[in-house]
This record gives sequence, C-alpha cells and structure tokens, in this order.
Amino acid sequence: MSAKTWTPKPARPAPANTVGFVGWARENLFTTKLDSALTLLCAALIIYVLDVGLGWAIVDASFSGDDRNACLKPVQGACWPFIDAKFGQFIYGRYPEMERWRVDWVFALGLLGLVPLLMPTVGFKRANVIFMLGFYPMFSFFMLTGGSFGLAAVDTSDWGGLLVTLVVAVTGIVGSLPLGILLALGRRSDLPIVRALCVGFIEIFRGVPLITVLFMASVMLPLFLPDGVNFDKLMRCLIGVALFASAYMAEVVRGGLQAIPKGQYEAAAALGLGYWKTTRLIILPQALKLVIPGIVNTFIGLFKDTTLVLIVGLFDLLGIVQLHFTDSTWATPETHITGYAFAAFVFWVFCFAMSRYSIFMEKHLSTDPNQ
Amino acid sequence: MQVLVLAAVLGAMAWLVGNVQSNLERQNINSGFGFLSERAGFGINQTLIAYTEDDSFGRVLAVGLLNTLLVSALGIFFATLLGFSLGVARLSRNWLISKIAMVYIEIFRNVPLLLQIMFWYFGVLRNLPSPRQAVSIGDAIFMSNRGFVVLWLEASAGAFWYGLAALGLVIGGIWLRRRAANAQITTGQATRVWRPLLGLAVALFGGAALMAGVPFALDVPHLKGFNFRGGLTVIPEFVALLLALSLYTAAFIAEIVRAGINSVSKGQREASAALGLPESVALRLVVIPQALRVIIPPLTSQYLNLTKNSSLAVAIAYPDIVSVLAGTTLSQVGQALEIIFITMMIYLSLSLLTSWAMNRYNQRMAFVGNNT
Repeated sequence: MSAKTWTPKPARPAPANTVGFVGWARENLFTTKLDSALTLLCAALIIYVLDVGLGWAIVDASFSGDDRNACLKPVQGACWPFIDAKFGQFIYGRYPEMERWRVDWVFALGLLGLVPLLMPTVGFKRANVIFMLGFYPMFSFFMLTGGSFGLAAVDTSDWGGLLVTLVVAVTGIVGSLPLGILLALGRRSDLPIVRALCVGFIEIFRGVPLITVLFMASVMLPLFLPDGVNFDKLMRCLIGVALFASAYMAEVVRGGLQAIPKGQYEAAAALGLGYWKTTRLIILPQALKLVIPGIVNTFIGLFKDTTLVLIVGLFDLLGIVQLHFTDSTWATPETHITGYAFAAFVFWVFCFAMSRYSIFMEKHLSTDPNQ
Repeated sequence: MQVLVLAAVLGAMAWLVGNVQSNLERQNINSGFGFLSERAGFGINQTLIAYTEDDSFGRVLAVGLLNTLLVSALGIFFATLLGFSLGVARLSRNWLISKIAMVYIEIFRNVPLLLQIMFWYFGVLRNLPSPRQAVSIGDAIFMSNRGFVVLWLEASAGAFWYGLAALGLVIGGIWLRRRAANAQITTGQATRVWRPLLGLAVALFGGAALMAGVPFALDVPHLKGFNFRGGLTVIPEFVALLLALSLYTAAFIAEIVRAGINSVSKGQREASAALGLPESVALRLVVIPQALRVIIPPLTSQYLNLTKNSSLAVAIAYPDIVSVLAGTTLSQVGQALEIIFITMMIYLSLSLLTSWAMNRYNQRMAFVGNNT
C-alpha cells in the first residue's frame, strides 16, 4: 500500500485590489484619508502647472517668424523664433561666422576625449588624461585665439555664449585641480608655515563670494602687475575663477586624503619611499579616485557660477541672452521669459547630466571590491 | 624647505606691493580709508537706517551691510522653512508628493542662481502692470512693476510697551518650559506648558494695552497720481532676490534634510515604537535630535552660501554691500584696493561669525547625543 501523498491546493491569487496598478495606488497614493486628499491636491497642482506650462511653451507659442510681429498675438506664449534667430549668437557670441568651424572642432574633439574618459570601463585612461590635459588645451588655445598656423586671429572680446561658459568652466576646473591638490597637501603638511599659508588661502577664498573675487581680478589685478604687463579681461576672469575653485577643490581633495588609512603611509615608509614618492605613487591615486564624485559636484557648482562673469562684462550664455533682449526687432513682452527659459534649459541639461554622472560614479566606486 | 617657501611668498608679496605702489603713483589714485568720511552724493532706494545723499561713504557701507543682512536673514528663514518641508515631502510614503518634491529639487538646484534672480526680476516682476493696474490681493497687497506695496501697521510711541510684553512672554515661555522639563526629570510627570503661557500672554498684553491703549494705526496703501502712497513699499529688486535665494537654497536644504533623516537607522524608530512612544513623540525626541546632528554642519554651509550668494544682488542693482560699495562707490572714488578689501573682509567676518555660532550649536547637539 503506497503512502498517500498530500498535495496542497494551489494558492489562491492575491486579492485584486492589492496587486497591479490598483494595489500599487492603494499602497502609495491612497493609504489613508489624509493621504488621498493630499494625492488629489497634488494631482490638481500638477494639472494646473502642466496646463500653464504647456499652454505657454506650445499651445500659445509662436514657432516661426522673422521679427517681433510673429510674437504679438493677443494671448502670446513663448516666442521661439527669437531663439531660432539668435541661436548662433547664443552658442558662439560674436565669433566671426566664417571661423565658427574652429569652435566646432574644439567642441567635437573635447567630446571625443571626454566620453571615453568618463566611462569607467574604457581603458587607456592615462593616455586619455595626457591628451585631455596636455594636447587638448594647447590645441583649443591655438584654434580659438588664432593668429598662427594660418588661422585668422579672433580677439577674446568677440567670444561669447556657450563658448565662453565652457571655456571658463573647463579652464577653471583644469586649473584648479593641480592647485587644489597642492593646497590640500599643504594643509595636511607637517610644516607649520606651509600649513598656515594654505589654510589662510583656502579659508579666505571660501569665505568670500565669487563676485568679489571677480571684481578683484578685473579691477585689482592690473594694479598688482608691473607697468606694461596686461592680460585681457577673459584671462583675468579665468585666473580669478581658477583661484576661487582651487580653494573648494582643496577641501574636496582633503576629504579624500583623510580617508586613506594610516597603514598606507606606514607601508610606503616601510618600503623606503620618501614624501613625494609616497604621495605620488600611493596616496594620490587612491585619494583622487575616492573624490571623483566630489570633483564632479565642484564642477557643477563652478559651471553654474560661470554666469557671474557677465557682471564684470563678459558675455557668457546668460550674458549674451541678456544682451539680445535689447534688440528692438525682437522686443516683445515674452522675449525675456523665452530667453531665460532657453538658457535655463541649457544649463539644466549640463548640470543634471553631471549630477547623474556623479551619482553613477559614487555607486560604481562603492561597489568596487578593491576598495 | 619652510624658509624657502616663506621667502618665496614674502618675495612675491613685496614684488606685488611694489607694483601696486608704482601703479598707484602713476595713476594718481589716492590711498587710505579717508574716503569713508567724504560725502557720498548718491541716493539708495532701500535704506533701513536714515540716509540722504549728504551722508558719508561710511554710512553707505552701513546701509549696504544692513540690506545684505536683511535679505540673507529673511532668505535663510524662508529657505529653511521650504527646504525642511520639501525634504520631508521627498521622504513621504505618498508617491506623488515625493515625486513632486524631487522634480522641484532637480529643477531648482540645476539652474544657475543668477539666471533665477534675473528671471524673477526682468522676466516676472518688471513685466507686472504699472501701479494704476496693479494686481491686488484683498486690497492688502498691491503688486506692480514698482514693487510690492503691503498693508502695514503704523506704530506710535506706546508700541514700546507691547515690545516689552512680547519680550516678557518669550522669557516667561523659556522659564516655564525649563520648569516643566525639570519637573518631568524629577517626578516623571509631564506638565503642559501652553495653558499658563496663554494666561501670561493675556496678562502681559492686557497690561500693555492698559498702559498705552492701542498705539497702532492701519497704514492702508492707496493710489495717488502715478504711484502708491501709504503702506510698506518693498522694492522689486528685494522681492526678486529674496524669492530666488529662498527657492534655490531650499532645494539644497531639502537634500540635506533628506540625507539627515535617512541617516537615522530604522531600528531607532522601531525601538521607540516598542517602548510605546507615539509616532509624533518618537519623531520629536528620537529621530529629529539624531537627524539634526547630521543636518546641521552642511546646513551651516548652505546658510553661508546663501549669504555669499546675496552678493549677486549687484546684477539687478539691489543696494547690498557689493552693489553700493564695489559698484557705485568704487566708480566714484576709484580706490579699488581699499574697497574690494573692505568688501571681502565684511563677508569673511560674516562667514567666520556664522560658522562660529553654528559650531557652538553643533557642539551642544553632539553633546546631548553622546549623553543618551
């Protein structure tokens, strides 16, 4: 007689109102009476904002036209033809139209070098870094300023728009990285005078607003230099921005240095490495890798802060948009808002992408088993 | 090694100072801080203390500093309020609320502050109708392109007694709270504070009313000619700056608050539930004190950032310290060195002062945390 096997009844399906969209909504939107009320309120808010926003940006907006007459409907939304007409100006500023291909080349080459650099899985990092920090800046410098290799010279006062924004941001970050590392090392140095100087520099630049540093660079720097030596305005702003950013960079790098366990220093000492060798071969490679998200965050802040150069008279993206509001062919009540919306969108895309990248790197680094 | 570095730095400084001296001589620029007592000769459209064109540049400095402090203090207040609400909303179990907070945060913190300031000023406030067609809210607030005019209370001399009563109420409140806390520690009995406090409020303000009557008069804004008379006028530059600073900083504060609350481990909440604490008490006595220890250091730096960012006022000509000093005064006097130095020193001392105050508060919080 064979043993009776007990076969359980198949489980009944979960109640319909706990699974699928209905279950999800009950769980996340209508948990309690108060919750339901808040959800409905929020839904109303979203509908209202979408109604106003889309109404302005699409339904009531103008999309084509050659001057302000296109944007003078009784109920007028965004005036997109304004952006269309000024787009070249917003990207290149007053850079001569015949020479704009040079800017395109610089942008393209930068993108080409940057993308593999940012992807952690792609190799050739060292070669890439040397390319981006060595060759690329020189290439960009000669390409953009001209005056040699048969290229026509373009004065920096003609640069503008997104070009200036990117030049200021990239120079700021590239210049501030080595200076910031030196300052951070100095701040943790055993030599009291070096430490005091570094702490003083860092705290002063972190304690004052960037705008005062820019004022200093544009008004005071000429006073500090001997007679006859003079930089142009863009160069002075670049120096100011780089000094300012290096103070913040120093604090980020210091965070990385502090995270390196003492054993690493001791092991290096046991191997007979001196200070500089320890720092260069053991400490910095580990510390810098740790603070990549922090560096990206500093870069986001710096990127947004580049808009400040318009106050000392350079025309970055925001500055050039602001400048073109005075053009009477496009003077309509909606021009301002349209221009700001465009500039805000461009900045937002850059900053949002960078912040996502920073989060991605943070996750990538934290799961690294070698840490 | 150190001697070398010091010598290099000192040498560079001497070289720079030498350059400055020869440059100043060549360009015939005065030096020294004597200009601070000279007549300024320009008007300022928002002054918290009495100021006329005949006052000195020193007075200009004070006016600018007060304007900076005003917009920073109010900005900090609103940004904290909005930031904490958003941070809590971001953690809400309600999916919709949490996503709305997320969208707000991602939009506002990824757009440059200067752009936001200009948007509110040139895009919105300057586009408002003229005072004759001003938008009004219940006849108490009028919004036009000349700024906001708000219904205000005009106080006369007797208001002093009311101020005294309010001060007494604050002191009495603190005392009652202390006494209740001590009583709870010794007897274990929680006592309610609000009832004696209400009694105290009635007694104090009743006393003030007896002494001084009603020393307040409504100052109603009304249209006269092309602009408003009466009421409190808030210049559009101030509104734009305050709005942009608060909305921008709130996004950062929200992220700090979220991280702070997330840092309190779930076990803490569960343990307080196991002890039978109601959720509100657990939040107030267990979660928030621990979260605050994580929140306060980055919050301090956000407050400092807000104060420093208020210098962007110069872009829309709100008369803050940078705008009146490094803007108008610099162009009139031309002494770049001294003026930029003063401006930087003011911000530096503001920064150091704030971080000192916050550090003290932080120490207190950390101490309480370690004791429990």
